[in-house]
Amino acid sequence: MQAIAFYMFAIVAVVAGTLVVFAKNPVHSVLWLILAFFSTAGLFVLMGAEFLAMLLMIIYVGAVAVLFLFVVMMLDIDFAELRGSVAQYLPLGLAIGVILMVELTVGFAAWTGLEQENMEPGATYGMSNAHALGSVVYTKYVYAFQASGLILLVAMIGAIVLTLRTRTGVRKQDVWEQMQRDPKTAVEMKDVRPGQSL
Amino acid sequence: MNDGLWTFLIILGQCFAVMFAVLISLAFLLLMDRKVWAAVQLRRGPNVVGPFGLLQSFADFLKFVMKEIVIPAGADRAVFLIAPMLTFVLASIAWVVIPFAEGWVISDMNVGILYLFAISSLGVYGVIMGGWAGNSKYPFLGGLRSAAQMVSYEVSIGFVIVCVLLMVGSLNLSDIVLAQDGAGIFSWFFIKQPVMFIVFFISALAETNRPPFDLPEAESELVAGYQVEYSSTPYLLFMIGEYMNIVMMCALTTILFLGGWLSPIGVGHGVFWFVLKVVFCFFMFAMVKAIVPRYRYDQLMRLGWKVFLPLSLAFVVLTAGWMKIFDVQPWAYTQEARDLGRGAMVIDAPEATPTPVKTEDS
Repeated sequence: MQAIAFYMFAIVAVVAGTLVVFAKNPVHSVLWLILAFFSTAGLFVLMGAEFLAMLLMIIYVGAVAVLFLFVVMMLDIDFAELRGSVAQYLPLGLAIGVILMVELTVGFAAWTGLEQENMEPGATYGMSNAHALGSVVYTKYVYAFQASGLILLVAMIGAIVLTLRTRTGVRKQDVWEQMQRDPKTAVEMKDVRPGQSL
Repeated sequence: MNDGLWTFLIILGQCFAVMFAVLISLAFLLLMDRKVWAAVQLRRGPNVVGPFGLLQSFADFLKFVMKEIVIPAGADRAVFLIAPMLTFVLASIAWVVIPFAEGWVISDMNVGILYLFAISSLGVYGVIMGGWAGNSKYPFLGGLRSAAQMVSYEVSIGFVIVCVLLMVGSLNLSDIVLAQDGAGIFSWFFIKQPVMFIVFFISALAETNRPPFDLPEAESELVAGYQVEYSSTPYLLFMIGEYMNIVMMCALTTILFLGGWLSPIGVGHGVFWFVLKVVFCFFMFAMVKAIVPRYRYDQLMRLGWKVFLPLSLAFVVLTAGWMKIFDVQPWAYTQEARDLGRGAMVIDAPEATPTPVKTEDS
């Protein structure tokens, strides 16, 4: 049963990943990307990492990919032009793919030994996913955790600063100011005679 | 093998039972929505089909199914048809983790609340895809509005959930309800977290595109928003999905803040109370729809980002600080939880633990 589920999710993930690159329409690409994320979340669940799976769904599928889709849908893209330039970018894309592959292989080759060394025997026994993660992230790796938080904060402030622009002459709603108005100051009685203006 | 087959059949049966119950009650909740709305406006509402119009939803259902499916010429056919199905499927699979009463849950998973959060954040795709695939201006605007709106309000919903989780100490929905057991109505979380209760309720309205936050389908500006190009069964799927999400949010409010299946007097817990509370929440949703005028889009964004986000963030810190200073243990770590065999099993971890199996000796 588990094997069937694994191959189902794996095949869907790989096919969807391929179609991200080969789909003609960029919006379809993003939709395939979402399917790939979803299948990966399924693989996480099969590995017993249900907490990570849910985080992947919430953050990548629920937030990041929505913004992707949002931007891609509003782009004015000439599909024909895009198709023509595939050959031009193919070598670069292949090179990046090969480099990633090599990096992953080297990384995994070096990692298998470390796994057992760092693992405290039975540290996570009988705990749920979230508790197990929390008990490591907030104790052993607290500095790395804080540093990643700081990086995210800086990135967030950077994004805000980059897009912030102050325009003059824009009429904004100031709720507090509106609430402070009362009929005495805001309304004025004018006695307008027929045939005359103010 | 036979055992596995039986388990499979039982789970399948449970899924069908829940779906059946949800869909049938949805038909009557839909009628209730219209009746409440009508009553506020001094109208009668649907009253022709069946006694008191009770069968109106079924008549509507037949009408939608019998009509012709119209697909616009410039539409992206596949995405256009997948969008409503996606909305409906996502809305229905959320129900597997909802505990209707103690033990009455299809999948009592440890990350239940995160699962619900993930599924509800996926709901936005049906709307965006539907809006985009129609290849038409109004649906597209509706889809974009909805994307921005749902992402904004998810943030505050997330923090509200964190506030509750701090007090419970577990992501399991049954644990969240059991943590509210004790002094009847006074130990429910809406007493302990009144501000977060209100923030959650309003965010739930925004998340499900209900009035006063129904800008994605604002009929006076965008005709029907992302649903403009839809007709017949696809439209029906959109509508059922939307209402299922609303009932889902009512159920979530019930579980998080109103004590789920617990009775307000402390004895006689059961599914009856759960249903009653969900219907009450739905009544509140209907009343808000009837009496509150629609927000302007910038006001909607202001409320989400400038009011609810800082407020809920402050309450996360406040709740955590309170629990730290007064040394309040989350429910999952208390003796009570361990007596029930639930919550975090951290303290009970046995001394003799199995060492990780070495996979390879190289």
